[in-house]
Amino acid sequence: MPRKVIITDKNVNFLKKVEELSGQFITRCDQCGVCSGSCPMISEMDITPSQMMRMVQLGQSEVINTKAMWLCASCFACTVRCPRGLDLSKVAEALRQINLRQAIDHIDIKKLPKDEIERLPQIALVGGMRKFTG
Amino acid sequence: MKNKDESNRKLDAGKIMDRIAKASEQIVSGVKDEEVENWVTIYVMGRAYKVPADLTILTAIEYAGYKFLRGCGCRQGFCGACSTVYRKKGEYKLQTGMACQTRVEDGMFLVQIPFTPAEKASYDIGKLNYNVNSLFQYYPELARCVSCNTCTKACPQDLEVMDYVQAGIKGDFKELAEKSFDCIQCGLCAIRCPSELVQYNIAQLGRRLYGRYDSPEPEHLKKRLQEIQEGKFNEVMEKITQISIEEMEKLYTEREREEE
Amino acid sequence: MKISYYPGCTLKTNAKNFENSAIAVARKLGVELIELTRWNCCGTVFSLTDDDLIHNVAPIRNLIRVEEMNNNGLINNDKRLLTLCSMCYNTLKRANLRVKENPDDLEKINDLMYLEENYEGEVEVLHFLELLRDIGFEKVRENVKNPLKGLMIAPYYGCMLLRPKEVGIDDPEGPTIQEELYLELGAEIIDNPYKKVCCGSYQIIQDKYVVSNLAYDILTHAKDAGAEAISLSCPLCAYNLDSIQKEVKEKNPQFVEMPVFYFTQLMAVAFGLDTEVFGFDLNYVDPRPLLNDKNLLGRNNEE
Repeated sequence: MPRKVIITDKNVNFLKKVEELSGQFITRCDQCGVCSGSCPMISEMDITPSQMMRMVQLGQSEVINTKAMWLCASCFACTVRCPRGLDLSKVAEALRQINLRQAIDHIDIKKLPKDEIERLPQIALVGGMRKFTG
Repeated sequence: MKNKDESNRKLDAGKIMDRIAKASEQIVSGVKDEEVENWVTIYVMGRAYKVPADLTILTAIEYAGYKFLRGCGCRQGFCGACSTVYRKKGEYKLQTGMACQTRVEDGMFLVQIPFTPAEKASYDIGKLNYNVNSLFQYYPELARCVSCNTCTKACPQDLEVMDYVQAGIKGDFKELAEKSFDCIQCGLCAIRCPSELVQYNIAQLGRRLYGRYDSPEPEHLKKRLQEIQEGKFNEVMEKITQISIEEMEKLYTEREREEE
Repeated sequence: MKISYYPGCTLKTNAKNFENSAIAVARKLGVELIELTRWNCCGTVFSLTDDDLIHNVAPIRNLIRVEEMNNNGLINNDKRLLTLCSMCYNTLKRANLRVKENPDDLEKINDLMYLEENYEGEVEVLHFLELLRDIGFEKVRENVKNPLKGLMIAPYYGCMLLRPKEVGIDDPEGPTIQEELYLELGAEIIDNPYKKVCCGSYQIIQDKYVVSNLAYDILTHAKDAGAEAISLSCPLCAYNLDSIQKEVKEKNPQFVEMPVFYFTQLMAVAFGLDTEVFGFDLNYVDPRPLLNDKNLLGRNNEE
């Protein structure tokens, strides 16, 4: 059942902001779904990468409250396969940064269990901090 | 105080400020105003003051009539209390220094940072493992360092702060301990850090781990402690504690001394 | 031949076995890895927003060191930087490309790092596998004293070695560089499509069970295809596929553990080097029982 979507200036501004941060022509996405098919994390995500692109195309800023972008592992599988040459990893990063730049961390680093940190290599902590804290 | 009227109160305040200014003038500069050759203008929280050019920031602010209740300690560059941030007129660079160790310059816009809010972790050094993970367990924000070098630029002791933080991330405790040794914990690195690390707390944990688990034990200290336990000095101690004040004074004034 | 070498933080701790075996193997091939005199953590991940420059400072600072070492004579006219860790490789190479393509960004970064010499943009970032390919895999074969006969290896690439295309050391859909190496070492190659699926990377700090589910998929696919061990090039992949087997077994009790090697460890075994460079104590799943089964240990120090 098609849903009626009304695009306002606010939506257009959100799309522009994400395009600026990611440097991608988001309107070129034709929803082919190859990115979703390539994503290793898709089974854990609440919306698929394709759906994330669609929401951004329509300027629906609620997309920044979804969980999918936080499950992205920046593996670039979507990037190498996109037939339109779009870099979806940069779009996901733009959405993460919109959240993180409000000084809201995605994870509470004080809550990381000490016995886990005992095992983890530095590379995991440094990478995680870059992606999940602002 | 409650019953005095406005004008009287103002007069009293004026008199008090005069007395403070006069007192600090003599204590601080030691010379009369007429004898000062070079003057500079400094700005304390935006307000301009003309002060003698050979004063330190600390004494210049006191010359201007302020009294330090916080942000002042040993006055010798060791305690880390008088952290100062300033910009010079016409320059964009934000600079730092210890107020007691930095000479005033013309056009300095000054502000004091007497306190840096910083979380200090609680740990039992004997229970920690000697590896990099111990640093991350208590200071996970250590992983946020972006190697921007802002901390090094802020350090008034010219320490290589970024290098010792990076040594921490690499797990090189020796380098961390050696490079952070002269830190006076003034807090300027932490207050400037964009990744919100508290460099000196991390360094302290690193030095403690290094000292506890790795750095060589002082053999001469161990030997001396053993001698004490074996009673080598018991007789001498007995004697000293029994003698009179006069004998003690004699022993002190006639002690062996190095040539001047 | 001397070449500047960037270890990355983890190769000094959890992945010391990777570094030790690599240095020893390189020496056998006539390559001296000269560690950068002063280096910092590269940041692990490449910053993906167009306006973010601060996260590019750390990688560029390391590239300046290579130019410094050339100027100081510690390295003779070789502006290549060798890395072992796939993530360091990817981050350093992408940062390098970014500033080469955007001179304005390079100027800003150089200006921020005014206490350093300017980065001139002359460094080339290389992964050890690329260096081996340049030297020639036949040269590798010449040094094999102890061919890995009968060892069924599933090469694992993960994401950072192959993607994005401008950074990848091989075709992202059909890479063969590790396969070529292991064939020279005498091992049997087990191909499987999961060799290029991401291990989960930094997700391990958010939810280790998401990573363990992925690891279960990757490892069982390799095993079902006939592999006895995985071989890879990244300490984060190694953690997410090796150490995580503890959690995989928790969720899947029927799962049989499978050893995970760094490719330089396999090379060291094949070259017949001293056991102490193997560093198997740092591997979570001990590979020694498997190697003993194949009679590959114990034939060392033939010099």
